[in-house]
Amino acid sequence: MKKIIEIVDTIETAQVYAELSDAKSGGICVFVGTVREFTNEEEVVALEFETYKTMALKEMEKIADRAIEKWNLNKVVLRHAVGEKGVAEPVVVVGASSAHRDACFEACRFLIDTLKETVPIWKKEKFKNKSVWVSAHP
Amino acid sequence: MNVLFFGIAKDIVGNSELIFSEELNKPRTVAALKKQLVDSYPEFSKLNALAVAVNSEYATDDVTLNGSEEIAIIPPVSGG
Repeated sequence: MKKIIEIVDTIETAQVYAELSDAKSGGICVFVGTVREFTNEEEVVALEFETYKTMALKEMEKIADRAIEKWNLNKVVLRHAVGEKGVAEPVVVVGASSAHRDACFEACRFLIDTLKETVPIWKKEKFKNKSVWVSAHP
Repeated sequence: MNVLFFGIAKDIVGNSELIFSEELNKPRTVAALKKQLVDSYPEFSKLNALAVAVNSEYATDDVTLNGSEEIAIIPPVSGG
């Protein structure tokens, strides 16, 4: 399959190589987003993700299609996790494979940047004594 | 007319879904829906942005609503 678009409970980072591996490709580029322990020097206990799933999958599909067309990709993966994730756990994986490396490097950056801008997924940062919806307020 | 809420929008209204049942209260456009929400829940005006999805696609303010659509309030997204 050319593209894999998923929202899952748990991300298995090991599976992505096989998913992007392709005889016509000379390179695979992957970005993994993970839970960082500190935000502005405050200790994060966990991140909680929720989504509007039907719309999120549609938006992820559009991003994949745009990238495939623009960089002539052979394979694309966009996978985001939902639920509560602890420090250092993976929360998102995007990747692309293409004939030459420039295309998959550029595409990978586009995939994660655009996902963060348009896909209806929300992240709540849970600190020891408060929790905050990220980017909600100026 | 049913409206879905996510993220901080769900916290502001205290519910993941609201039903606008009275004919007079039903907003006819995306802009009217946003105005009605901000009037009823001033916390919405403090957000970075407020988008509306109609049938799971982003909708501009001029899009009309007849009440049979799936409507969702999309506060600033923060995936990744």
